[in-house]
Amino acid sequence: MTALVAGAISSDAWIEAIFSGIALGAKYALVALGFVIVFKATGVINFAQASLVLVGGYLCWNFSATWGWNFYLSLLLSMVGGAVLGLLLEFLLLRKMSGEAPFTLIMVTIGILFVIDNLVTAIWGAEGRDLPDPWGLRTWKWGDVDIAVADVWTIGITFVVLAAFFAMFRFSTLGLAMRASALDQEAALAQGIAPKRVYQVAWACAGAVGAVAGVMLASGSGSLNPALGLIALVAFPAMILGGLESPGGAVVGGLIIGLVQQLTALLAPEYFSWIGGGFEIVSPYFVMVLILLVRPTGLFGQKEVRRV
Amino acid sequence: MGIASVLDPVRRRHPGGRPHHKLDLEGTKDLKLLKGPWSKGFAVALAVAYFMIPGSLEEQTLRTLCYCGVYAIGAIGLNILTGFTGQVSLGHAAFFGAGAYCAAYLGSTQGWPFLTYVLAAVVVGLAIGGLVGPFAARLRGNYLAVVTIGLLFLAQHLFMNWETVTGGGNGVTVGEAAIAIGPLDFRDLELGGLKYTFPQAMFWLIWAFVALTALLAKNMVRSRPGRALQAIRDRDLSAEIIGVQPTRYKVAAFAIAGACAAVAGVFYALLQNYVNPSEFGGRIGLFLSITFVAMIIMGGVGTIYGSILGALLVEYGRRFIAERGGDAPIFGIPVEKGWVTTGELNGILFGGLIVFFLLLEPRGLAALWMRVKIWFMSWPFSY
Repeated sequence: MTALVAGAISSDAWIEAIFSGIALGAKYALVALGFVIVFKATGVINFAQASLVLVGGYLCWNFSATWGWNFYLSLLLSMVGGAVLGLLLEFLLLRKMSGEAPFTLIMVTIGILFVIDNLVTAIWGAEGRDLPDPWGLRTWKWGDVDIAVADVWTIGITFVVLAAFFAMFRFSTLGLAMRASALDQEAALAQGIAPKRVYQVAWACAGAVGAVAGVMLASGSGSLNPALGLIALVAFPAMILGGLESPGGAVVGGLIIGLVQQLTALLAPEYFSWIGGGFEIVSPYFVMVLILLVRPTGLFGQKEVRRV
Repeated sequence: MGIASVLDPVRRRHPGGRPHHKLDLEGTKDLKLLKGPWSKGFAVALAVAYFMIPGSLEEQTLRTLCYCGVYAIGAIGLNILTGFTGQVSLGHAAFFGAGAYCAAYLGSTQGWPFLTYVLAAVVVGLAIGGLVGPFAARLRGNYLAVVTIGLLFLAQHLFMNWETVTGGGNGVTVGEAAIAIGPLDFRDLELGGLKYTFPQAMFWLIWAFVALTALLAKNMVRSRPGRALQAIRDRDLSAEIIGVQPTRYKVAAFAIAGACAAVAGVFYALLQNYVNPSEFGGRIGLFLSITFVAMIIMGGVGTIYGSILGALLVEYGRRFIAERGGDAPIFGIPVEKGWVTTGELNGILFGGLIVFFLLLEPRGLAALWMRVKIWFMSWPFSY
């Protein structure tokens, strides 16, 4: 994923870094979108999104590698599985916790994250696995530029998923209910919108989107292992950057973080080596802190109204 | 005093008797360190246990208790920040790591004396906490939690790359650091002609620091600054209106939490004898930070002794399962022969207990104790 170039940086290296940055950003955008959907509907920062990502990846592996089903069918089925798991979490735990302090909600979802992650390891084992995706490590040559096939597919699938979600959010009755409920829950209730339905839809969407993110993160040059869910940590800056309540912001934030990460990997060894190796791991958080200093609620976040 | 003087005439007007002896209108009783004969007796019992334990427990258990003490010091600091001031922090491990490197670099590489490098760790913790604090004053709730995760990644980068001090990715040993206070050398302690082992000596040293930290923390939270912190926790805007400066106190709370974690880090490094950068930053650092938060949740958010109870429960439980849980049966099948390993069982229990406590007893073990106390206090009436 990291493009290391000796000597001066060629324009090909730039194009490769930007392209893989967009692909990486698309994965982050999917993870961040999962966070934002749940936050917008229920006010919960769902750390367990990381485990939804993990379970999605493993379900896809189970369908396609163990049972030998078609990869795209497995992807769809793992989305269904993720949605069911999301619904289950909402039904069993989070419904009881709505309206609690942010601290409590964060810790409950962290608790769930630990339980699910360890169950996944118990069921599927701790060793790394290769997802049998049809793309593998193949690249397309375009002049001197190498582009990973998996990256192209990632961008394509992400675009389809995002378009489907935003169309649902914008045009369907369900999406309207979600938006109304996020705007003013009591007014929405008075209009006959059941908050329970909205919560369920939000969690199911988050589960499905998380599963796609998991499959995308594990495909291509990535591998499937229990630490996969923690890549979601890098998506935090993406979500915060865009503003917690803004699905569009999550996508923009994800792309920014992906690009920043790949470009730091490209440029840091060349131009600012004094900063030390591995700065691309830190750079998303660096950008996040800088933006939060200027705008405390992210690029597209709503300013919080505080009452005494 | 103000309330009392207003109410005095009212109280004198009780013709048929006197108010209940537990009724405390001045509130002075609540502020006492030891509230009655029971807590005095309990304090004495604790002191006796402190001197008896190293002689009567085996090496491994003592070591575990030492680690419990280390985490208790850090948890007390986090409780001041989260439990009393209401600021969420998932970056506690970064402070902890900074303290560990103080022991490694100042204590071992530079050869500073024990109390000097502990003091240096306190200063470093205060300084980093003071640097992070202003961000906290600007950010709230969810945003703050995520930004403190960023602190872990920055810390990891620093620990990995500042090689002269941290030894980079290879880590650094702490073997040379002196652990001596005056004539007492805790590396091989000799008292009255008796030689004590390293875990025995460290038990006394660490739990003395736990007691010291707990006393300082308790004294702070029961005095004016502590009340200011709690006012900010309950509603910071209202606190500002009654004249508490939230920014100043939030920064101070971060600095204090940082100092406590750094001291805990020093002892952790001394026990481990080796400092590994990946323990305090990134993912594993996040796990460590979450462990601290879990300790105060299970022990009791907003109580000092709750932090110690939580540290004992989490750390002792975890090490107990890791060391001896393999043979323990679940549904009749020993853990290691079933479908989970002890590590996975630990993770599942850890996460499950966090959820369990938040759902059913959000104020932790401390609240269980309070219930027992209140039941006895109001006996035979249950209301």
